[in-house]
Amino acid sequence: MSLIEIKNLHATVDGKPILKGIDLTIEPGTVHAIMGPNGSGKSTLSYVIAGREGYEVTDGDILLDGKSILEMEADERAIAGLFLAFQYPVEIPGVANTTFLKAAVNARRKAAGEPEVDAMQFLKMLREKTKLLGVTDEMLKRAVNVGFSGGEKKRNEILQMAVLEPRFAVLDETDSGLDIDALKIVADGVNALRSPERSMLVITHYQRLLDYIVPDKVHVLAMGRIVASGGKELAQELEATGYAGYGEPEAA
Amino acid sequence: MALAARSYPGPLANRHAELSLKLAGAGVGWLDTLRADSAARYRATGLPTPKVEAWRYTNLKDLVGIDFASAPVVGDMALDSLPRASLLAVNGHVLAFVNGRLRPDLSTLDTLPAGVTLLPLSEAIHSDEQALSAHLGRLVEAEENPFVDLNTALMEDGVVLRLADGAVLDKPLHIISVGAVADTPLAFFPRLLAVLGRDARATIFESHAGIGEGAYLSAMASEIVLGAGAHLEHYKLQNESQSAFHVANTRVTVEAGAVYDNFVLQIGSRLSRNEVHTALIGEGASCRLNGAYLGAGKQHLDSTTFIDHAVPVCASREVYKGVLDDQAHGVFQGKILVRRDAQQTDGHQLNRALLLSRQAEVNAKPELEIYADDVKCSHGATVGELADDQLFYLQARGIDRETARGLLIEAYVQEALDEIGNAEARLPFQRLVGGWLKSRKG
Ligand SMILES: Nc1ncnc2c1ncn2[C@@H]1O[C@H](COP(=O)(O)OP(=O)(O)O)[C@@H](O)[C@H]1O
Ligand SMILES: [Mg+2]
Repeated sequence: MSLIEIKNLHATVDGKPILKGIDLTIEPGTVHAIMGPNGSGKSTLSYVIAGREGYEVTDGDILLDGKSILEMEADERAIAGLFLAFQYPVEIPGVANTTFLKAAVNARRKAAGEPEVDAMQFLKMLREKTKLLGVTDEMLKRAVNVGFSGGEKKRNEILQMAVLEPRFAVLDETDSGLDIDALKIVADGVNALRSPERSMLVITHYQRLLDYIVPDKVHVLAMGRIVASGGKELAQELEATGYAGYGEPEAA
Repeated sequence: MALAARSYPGPLANRHAELSLKLAGAGVGWLDTLRADSAARYRATGLPTPKVEAWRYTNLKDLVGIDFASAPVVGDMALDSLPRASLLAVNGHVLAFVNGRLRPDLSTLDTLPAGVTLLPLSEAIHSDEQALSAHLGRLVEAEENPFVDLNTALMEDGVVLRLADGAVLDKPLHIISVGAVADTPLAFFPRLLAVLGRDARATIFESHAGIGEGAYLSAMASEIVLGAGAHLEHYKLQNESQSAFHVANTRVTVEAGAVYDNFVLQIGSRLSRNEVHTALIGEGASCRLNGAYLGAGKQHLDSTTFIDHAVPVCASREVYKGVLDDQAHGVFQGKILVRRDAQQTDGHQLNRALLLSRQAEVNAKPELEIYADDVKCSHGATVGELADDQLFYLQARGIDRETARGLLIEAYVQEALDEIGNAEARLPFQRLVGGWLKSRKG
């Protein structure tokens, strides 16, 4: 069975139609990329999948393991194995990063009928995951994303993914604002999480990220629809031609 | 009645003559005079209506509608033990009062260090009369505050803490005031006088709580005098029972280089007003007036502060945060006066409120009155709701909505609790805030 099936998905934001019929099937263990011009609806798609309030599905369906998730709250979807790495990670003053991560882990354990995670064990597990991503102890103590640089925020997103071990992750422009070194760290972190059971949808504006996270399939999203699909070579074509013809004028 | 009546008839106003005969220290000349003068003023002024600017947001109509009896006359209730869970959990010297009266059996006064005088007011009237007569009523004589006058007129007991120059109170003093609901609504008037000599240091906790359902009025008045270089940490919990009224007035003078560090958590009562006035009267004096208020149901919680920068090079810092649910009403009034001479004043004020329901309401009135030209003063005020993007971010990680809300509210209050510099003092407040959050759920 496919892990994720998006069928004829139509969605509005504040009553405004943004997604206008998206079809996408993702098999276990595969990485799909979605590219597209700014404003084409990439983040909207990611929010609709994650279950954000105000993003209303007017037609179509999203299936996880063949079952619709549309009636599920965002937290229920996360427990079911979905994960969204935010394009703009949210700052939460007053909540320490570790407190936040522990709450997320315990939410999962509670749903699974398991006891809360042991504090020492949790820290040990966390240390292993932070090493790869260059997340310092100091970053763990700080409030979630508060005072983090752009790169630190993105690494923090991937750290959360590593801790929560989702079955399906949507990475929304995880490359934006990163220099090449930071990009490599993030890509290494993501690649380390690739597995035969885990699928990903990598959203990006630029082909550059896909040199490091090599996708199985590439789709082009323009004006709320998938207008082209292909292998990883499609990304290279787009790099050469730009999004002209896909709803965004070529940069002058 | 006149349309724009500026006052309500004050409860107990006409009973002073009869009550005063039974008060502790009745017959002590200077005290009789002090009480009688205050009673006369109170009778003349009554209690303010919202027509009086300072009381615009806090209406006392429910309070004045109650026929209070003065607690000392009725006597205290039988009470075997203190409601520990409603109090700050701190160790130290304990002076516990039930309906305004000292309960020696619930108090623990250990041996005091040299230079420290710590007495119940009812005893100090006799054994520490000279010092008492020199200070009692001095900080409040210049202003007309009917609640202070009422307190002075009918005060029966309280705490006198005096530290000689350089003296250090070895352990915190915990003042516990419990309102025990009786058949008649009671009013009681605890009094605190704290006089710290040069470079003296002390920590005072106050816990105000109640037992039983029903109305009572707790109207404390405090006078605090800090000599040059003295340091006072003053932490207060207002956790009165749900039908109680709590009106407290604190007046502080801070001499050169001295520090007044105050934090007030208000979570109890039906209506409360906590008013703190601090005068920075010596160069290099500073104060920190911080607090938090958490309201639910129909609670009305008022935090009113006044900081008087009277001389140069003083600093004040003020952070108040409120969380209001249901139909709760919060009031923050913060006035900072920088007098002409008070050059190089450093003043910072922040008050923020979080509304958890559509019917919850907050009135915030920051007021900066600056007459000096070389000053650094800032103030900020925000009122908001829980941020949708933060809630979504937490939920997107699997944290359910209720837990997510709890985390965000706790984080919000934490910003105010972080102003408690002393980690040991922060803990008991944290526990009470946590308890409040838990009681909100489900
Ligand atoms: N909260 C919103 N309210 C109204 N329109 C929105 C909102 N968020 C996004 N949009 C609109 O939806 C479209 C798609 O936006 P988005 O999904 O963020 O695009 P992308 O991520 O591809 O850049 C844009 O036209 C944008 O203006
Ligand atoms: Mg986007």
